[in-house]
Amino acid sequence: MKQGKVVGINGNMVTVALESSVIMNEVGYIITDEGKRLKSEVIRVMGDEAQLQVFEITKGISIGDSCDFSGDLLAAELGPGLLGQVYDGLQNPLPELAEQAGYFLERGVYIDPLNRSRRWDFTPVAHEGDKVEQADILGTVPEGPFKHSIMVPFNMLDSYTIKSIKPAGSYLISDTIAVVTDSRGNEFNLTMSFQWPVKRAITCYEERLKPVEPMLTKTRVIDTFLPVAKGGTYCIPGPFGAGKTVLQQTTSKFADVDVVIVAACGERAGEVVETLKEFPELTDPKTGKSLMERTIIICNTSSMPVASREASVYTAVTLAEYYRQMGLDVLLLADSTSRWAQAMREMSGRLEEIPGEEAFPAYLESSIAGFYERAGIVKLKSGKTGSVTIGGTVSPAGGNFEEPVTQATLKVVGAFHGLSRERSDARKYPAIHPIDSWSKYAGIMDTKKTTKAYNLLKRGYEVEAMMKVVGEEGTSLADYMIYLEGDFLDAVYFQQNSFDAVDCAVAPERQEHVFDKIYDLLNSKLNLTEKSAARSWFNQLRQRFLDWNSAEWETEEYKKLEAEIDAHIAGMKA
Amino acid sequence: MRKVYSKIETIAGNVISVKADGVSYGELAEVSTSYGKSLAEVIKLDHGMVSLQVFAGGRGISTGDEIRFLGHPMEVSFSENLTGRIFNGSGVPRDKGPELTENLIPIGGPSFNPAKRVIPRNMIRTGIPMIDLFNTLVESQKLPIFSVSGEPYNELLARIAMQAEVDLIILGGMGLKYDDYLYFKDTLEEGGALSRTIMFVHTASDPTVECLMVPDISLAVAEKFALQGKKVLVLLTDMTNFADAMKEIAITQEQVPSNRGYPGDLYSQLASRYEKAVDIEGSGSITILGVTTMPGDDVTHPVPDNTGYITEGQYYLKNGRIEPFGSLSRLKQQVNDRTREDHRALMDGMIKLYAAFKDSLEKQSMGFQMSAWDDKLLKYGAMFEAVMMDLTVNIPLEKALDEGWRILSDCFDPSETGMKTSLIEKFWPKEK
Ligand SMILES: Nc1ncnc2c1ncn2[C@@H]1O[C@H](COP(=O)(O)OP(=O)(O)O)[C@@H](O)[C@H]1O
Ligand SMILES: [Mg+2]
Repeated sequence: MKQGKVVGINGNMVTVALESSVIMNEVGYIITDEGKRLKSEVIRVMGDEAQLQVFEITKGISIGDSCDFSGDLLAAELGPGLLGQVYDGLQNPLPELAEQAGYFLERGVYIDPLNRSRRWDFTPVAHEGDKVEQADILGTVPEGPFKHSIMVPFNMLDSYTIKSIKPAGSYLISDTIAVVTDSRGNEFNLTMSFQWPVKRAITCYEERLKPVEPMLTKTRVIDTFLPVAKGGTYCIPGPFGAGKTVLQQTTSKFADVDVVIVAACGERAGEVVETLKEFPELTDPKTGKSLMERTIIICNTSSMPVASREASVYTAVTLAEYYRQMGLDVLLLADSTSRWAQAMREMSGRLEEIPGEEAFPAYLESSIAGFYERAGIVKLKSGKTGSVTIGGTVSPAGGNFEEPVTQATLKVVGAFHGLSRERSDARKYPAIHPIDSWSKYAGIMDTKKTTKAYNLLKRGYEVEAMMKVVGEEGTSLADYMIYLEGDFLDAVYFQQNSFDAVDCAVAPERQEHVFDKIYDLLNSKLNLTEKSAARSWFNQLRQRFLDWNSAEWETEEYKKLEAEIDAHIAGMKA
Repeated sequence: MRKVYSKIETIAGNVISVKADGVSYGELAEVSTSYGKSLAEVIKLDHGMVSLQVFAGGRGISTGDEIRFLGHPMEVSFSENLTGRIFNGSGVPRDKGPELTENLIPIGGPSFNPAKRVIPRNMIRTGIPMIDLFNTLVESQKLPIFSVSGEPYNELLARIAMQAEVDLIILGGMGLKYDDYLYFKDTLEEGGALSRTIMFVHTASDPTVECLMVPDISLAVAEKFALQGKKVLVLLTDMTNFADAMKEIAITQEQVPSNRGYPGDLYSQLASRYEKAVDIEGSGSITILGVTTMPGDDVTHPVPDNTGYITEGQYYLKNGRIEPFGSLSRLKQQVNDRTREDHRALMDGMIKLYAAFKDSLEKQSMGFQMSAWDDKLLKYGAMFEAVMMDLTVNIPLEKALDEGWRILSDCFDPSETGMKTSLIEKFWPKEK
């Protein structure tokens, strides 16, 4: 075992005098005098000393304590049984940790990420004598709603011949299910799980494709106006309280994907608890099983050690890439990427690196770009496609988007859903600002129509702003109508009530139906010749529409309200 | 007996350094100066050099003063004997009671396992419509009052504390004006709550470093009581002073500041305190109400800004009122679906109309002609402010909801309110 001795401690950074060689980013364990082993990662090597970030509270570490180096990089364990888990940033299962350590996160307690005693029904796919390479499928096991592919570990780079493979049966993840030999005749025993270093992207695919197919979120404003594509990236910056987390929570429930990975990164623990307690009770309409069975939660909340916060987003994206390798569509939601950036800033400060803007390290941009680059839709060797879509919230200091993390993120994402304080103050949720936001992806509807409607909304905003200067009396009837129409579109379509049982998720068919009706109205000439009459007519229409929005799709109630709306509109059409 | 060191190498601000071995990170030491003894905490170890933060401050320390390491981190005594007592930031009695030394517990302990948390479920009723109706306070919530100095934030804090049904109140005072300290003491005493109160008070004239200990001491004690099944309310006033104390130390330590001089870990530091708020399965709870004064009434100042990202909402106190905009209770939706069916809709609807009123008000102030709709909004806004925003009223939630419908019906036609028809049918006042 390679070892060293602690010679310095500053916050969560420990300096170790080396007694042998080390690897950059190698995992080490600092051994306290109570015998606790505290996981750490080498982040800088200088001569015969290494600096490690400790993934735990450093209180009580003493000068002279020893440090064991593991020889391995920080890695995630991949295999069946990841779905439904609640992990911390280092893939420790939190419920199991609670069983072992009680109410508090006792440091130095590490539990296997995957259950060692659970049996899986393995069905072989490959045969003896087959030639296989990394990521080729050896067999499958059922996991939740899916067939989980048991693959040749991604870190095996040669080409191999299967010497033997287990017949169908029930096995532990640690059982050898296949023996393979490489080109030089070396034998390897393969089990159902393996390790992958989290900071390295998994690239065992044929090619990366262009993200074009929309990833439906069932939030109208996103699917209709600011779509996200499967394999794409998007960000949600916004000041505190603007609704970033609620929007992500809604998306995590309703998004039309196979697997959702929630990375609660440096924010409130209470918010994760909501997901944690709710998801097992909710059914996934796609599979009929509980939502939790398609979800993994990586939870490194704000009071948990900051170094593992930095690691947590990498753990999350590694798990996402793993399920993508099985031809699944995975959505990774990270809340908040700013906390991850701040974790980098804290470490950089302790390393006394030359600071960039707002004391963020110079490599901030490349780290952010590198993270979002791990999204993508890919064609696998099996011919299937799989995707990782990444959506990250950004928490800009002071709500000002001109800050380093927002700016670096905007450079690399495909859609920008900017939340505004002004809209959330007025309780206009989701508070996505129509003027600032954009998307480079195509949505579910005719872009010509949506662009036209979107422009009307923007024009309405402009008229409203102008009206503040010139007053209602200084505004022409035509402009005033634009304002009313834009405001109507905003109130009944752009805005959506996440806490209404029906309105919270709107299927694409309904979106199209409702949008067409509004579109038709906006393109009709109305017999409104006077401002206050026009306002009151739109008020009444809005009222009916809101009622309609919370009526269940195609019920009697729904039809009745729709008929009323049609009559209301018909009565005013010129 | 541990070794005594008597050669201080550097003194910078409140931080001294000394060459010593076998020292652990976070360990306490006792510094004996000609002014008396002070505790100090190890904040950095670099080869043989130990940096310590001196609780009583660096002033008056001589390079020849003695330092004795105590072999343990900062601790506080925990027992029932704490109730009714008043201490300073190092846990030394401020009242005339005896020093407590039994059952010492460490402060700044590890974080609660998220998997062991439960979803908060209980509303804390305050009788203040701006809170109960619009920004409901929930047991185990962490929530600061954002305020400019000069606003009656401590009065509001004390009022909520007196009205809330909790088993134990812990007051953590940081940079508290002596008058304010006395105000809390008197109010709690008059309300008969002093016997279920513990105070850890750092006043404006006490050494800066002691200010840093207040949240950790208060919360460590709160945590123990909560684990015993008690509903604990922790009042932290003023967290901006706490942040400024951190800034002062960071600057003397020559750390690279991130924003307006504050250290890069300000967010993590604040979060590790606020996140102690918890509802424990099968046991008690900790609710944290804080005060964050905003220099220059600027919410984007790093302290309120970072706080807002951490806490579960904020009450924005301005001109003696809780402002509807900027105020938020993030936990309200956990409880307001079980109060009365019109609660949520009324809460949203009335705020939307109040926002429209503000627009009309702005138009009016610019001298524009007021339309009939503007006139309605102006009437509405005035009534809303008088009935809903007044901090002196004390009415139950249900009464406040009824008042809400009354205001709406006094000002608008039903369809103008944006309320769902089913609710209008049920709650719109009939005879008029
Ligand atoms: N879509 C929504 N519908 C209704 N209320 C919302 C919505 N989004 C946010 N809110 C309100 O705003 C609060 C803050 O939202 P949150 O998502 O936590 O903000 P952020 O993550 O941006 O700080 C929520 O607790 C809720 O009260
Ligand atoms: Mg959030």
